[in-house]
Amino acid sequence: MVKVTIDGKQFEAKEGEMVLNVAQAHHIYIPTLCAHESVAPYGACRLCMVEITTKDGRSRMVTSCLYPVEDGLVVKTNTEKIAKHRQMLMKMLLARVPDSDLVRELAAKLGVKETPFPLEDHQKCILCALCTRACAEVVGQSAISLVNRGSEREMSIPFFDNSDACIACGSCAYICPTGAITLEDKGDTRTLKMPNNRMSFKMQKCAVCGKYFAPKKQLAHMSAQTGRPPEFFETCPSCRK
Amino acid sequence: MILKKLNSPQDLEKLRAAIAGGRKTDKLSVNICGGTGCTAHGSADVVKAFQEEITRQGFTDKVEVKVSGCRGFCERGTLVTVEPRGVFYQRVKVKDVPEIVVKSVIGGEIIDHLLYKEPQTRQHFVHENEVPFYAKQMRLLMANSGRIDPTSIEDYLHYDGYTALAKALYGMKPEAIIEEVKASGLRGRGGAGFPTGRKWESTRKAPGDIKYVICNCDEGDPGAFMDRSLMEGNPHSILEGMIIGAYAIGSSEGYIYVRNEYPLAVENATKAIKAAEALGLLGDNILGSGFNFHVKINRGGGAFVCGESSALMASLEGKVGEPRAKYIRSSEKGLWDRPTNLNNVETWANVPLIINKGAKWFASIGTKGSKGTKIFSLVGKVHNTGLVEVPMGITLREIIFDIGGGIPGNKKFKAVQTGGPSGGCIPEKMLDLPVDFDELTRVGSMMGSGAMIVMDEDNCMVDIAKYFIHFLMGESCGKCVPCREGNKRMYEILCRITEGKGEMSDLDLLEEICATMADTSLCQLGASAPNPVMSSLMYFRDEYIAHIKDKKCPAKVCKSLITYNISEKCPNCGLCVKACPVQAITPIAKKQPVVLDQSKCIKCGSCYDVCKLNCVIVK
Repeated sequence: MVKVTIDGKQFEAKEGEMVLNVAQAHHIYIPTLCAHESVAPYGACRLCMVEITTKDGRSRMVTSCLYPVEDGLVVKTNTEKIAKHRQMLMKMLLARVPDSDLVRELAAKLGVKETPFPLEDHQKCILCALCTRACAEVVGQSAISLVNRGSEREMSIPFFDNSDACIACGSCAYICPTGAITLEDKGDTRTLKMPNNRMSFKMQKCAVCGKYFAPKKQLAHMSAQTGRPPEFFETCPSCRK
Repeated sequence: MILKKLNSPQDLEKLRAAIAGGRKTDKLSVNICGGTGCTAHGSADVVKAFQEEITRQGFTDKVEVKVSGCRGFCERGTLVTVEPRGVFYQRVKVKDVPEIVVKSVIGGEIIDHLLYKEPQTRQHFVHENEVPFYAKQMRLLMANSGRIDPTSIEDYLHYDGYTALAKALYGMKPEAIIEEVKASGLRGRGGAGFPTGRKWESTRKAPGDIKYVICNCDEGDPGAFMDRSLMEGNPHSILEGMIIGAYAIGSSEGYIYVRNEYPLAVENATKAIKAAEALGLLGDNILGSGFNFHVKINRGGGAFVCGESSALMASLEGKVGEPRAKYIRSSEKGLWDRPTNLNNVETWANVPLIINKGAKWFASIGTKGSKGTKIFSLVGKVHNTGLVEVPMGITLREIIFDIGGGIPGNKKFKAVQTGGPSGGCIPEKMLDLPVDFDELTRVGSMMGSGAMIVMDEDNCMVDIAKYFIHFLMGESCGKCVPCREGNKRMYEILCRITEGKGEMSDLDLLEEICATMADTSLCQLGASAPNPVMSSLMYFRDEYIAHIKDKKCPAKVCKSLITYNISEKCPNCGLCVKACPVQAITPIAKKQPVVLDQSKCIKCGSCYDVCKLNCVIVK
């Protein structure tokens, strides 16, 4: 265990734990849009930047989601300089996704009501990569990806084509913070809408209650992963004894 | 000569002695530059012409035709030296070959019209080292590349090649090598200037049995080509540096990451690896010492950001080339999470010199904080463009005016941009700045890779800033918000300003974006991207203001802010009328000035280019 000071308060933390996690565990607010407990830290949104002073007296700004704590570390989560940078980042994001409630609310919380930049009205995606990371790290499918680079970067399936690797589990839609990916179950069909793709999947009807409960592809994937026979997955979890 | 595997330093010395014995120093030869610059000038045809001419004249036994690596004076290619007298010919074409063979090689005469003439004084120079472009240089790394055939390991061995390796393996402990490199003061030539010895030390000390060394040859800065030139012209010097480094660090596997746009570099490095392996200078049991080291070449896919070390490693692993935060250093967790030491091409090439000549010698060159030489690619508005290797601490004025020969066309120097796209623009008042890592950073620019782009009064600084930001906007990986969105927004604002639609508040906004990008970007690409904007705002703010307030582009570059006008002197020669692609210019009467319809003019400048009487005036 190491001792760290965050905003004047001292805490004990496990060595190697990230500053953001230590702060969050003690209910100290640091804004972030790309950190999530289910996936590895990524460092794209830059909102969680904090100012640190290390034991040797060196001060600098670091990304709290990626900076492991060390003994004697002093962290300031909201200095004037950081507040200003966060505001600029929010102005950039606000111009990118002016329709996103999440971004608008966070901007307001950080003191930004409007952006000096021209608004882009056609998208909701902030390229936080939570969807692609969930698909790769949690589901293990890597069906979706961020394609192109620089200002051309977008969330898509490689080559903008529909994907055979997607099992329609919907993790991407579930984790997407801005609603850029949505999922709709209607009758026997699940539809996944992404910024550049739209895919439909057939659902499985429960052998007992007759309700459509999960995509067939996802159930086949679960069967292959667990080794249980496909028939096991023809019954919905509620009807399974 | 049959080359066998060398099993000891004695074997190496025997081979070197045999190579030296087989070479007569007074043998006649023509040495033609085969670097990429000269190849573009047609040097391959010149080589062929020499071979044919010498055969035709029956001098095959007497005269040797050699192809060397790059000599740096690319603007004057094809470069040819006639040995042993060392007569230096420039801009040699195929048609000059018979004359050179008969008169100069055999006849011993000097062909005046092929010599280098100083543009201002018209003075002629016979030998390479007298030419002002070379006279002020200190060519430690580049000298051999102009002498040796890069595809011949014998040539490299002849010029002390692999003697540093033998010395390191048999005369020095790994720790002593690291101490030597530390004492030399060598700093990374890739741009950041991190002390090389310290980097090696932390990789050596990092726990783990598998460690990697990497050579970064993913040179992407517009206008920079020193790494390419070294890799093409003297690949063994880099390889030797890497082997010594690997021995010091305790690594048995290395990679050369070279961009695929450098086919000759890939080819020559591949040949060098094979040749070194065949001689037992690379691979298992190097020189019989028991030390093993293997090198593989990995070709880059073309992303600028892959020159960034962590993005490069991601790319080597087969992933998308995106940087990561480096709070845990690559020396602890780099390639495949193993301790990894990455150095730039030029850094590696310095290593054999330091081992052979000693840290003290190396540290005697340069300034307090920056030791040794640095290769700059001098391009833009200068007479002598090419690669220049100079001791650290030389002034910008010496590089641009003494070596570079000043600005062509009697134009006035305006600024020099150092360090590639994310470097800064340094104004005339700072020309006496001694060039080293710390001084360049202090004035808002950086050493970067060593690109040096000279600009004159005809360059608009807002337009230049826009150009570099456009480059960075496209080359940002797009992972983090400040770099992806910030470059895009800066580009929008700069476009507005150059179109005459800017407002004074845009300058404040630019500065705010710059501050956030510099402090919050994930990697150095984003953090240094504001440099061209910040430095031009700092030193050339009046140009921004002229665009915004007066709606004028002082350098007359920005199309929206200029008009082309016909002077009263125009005699209606008709050239511009023909050249205009949109029929905006119409002749009225004989010997009367033509009329240019501004509403049709697309400001392409064709009329200005064709007018021989300076009757097209840009306002």
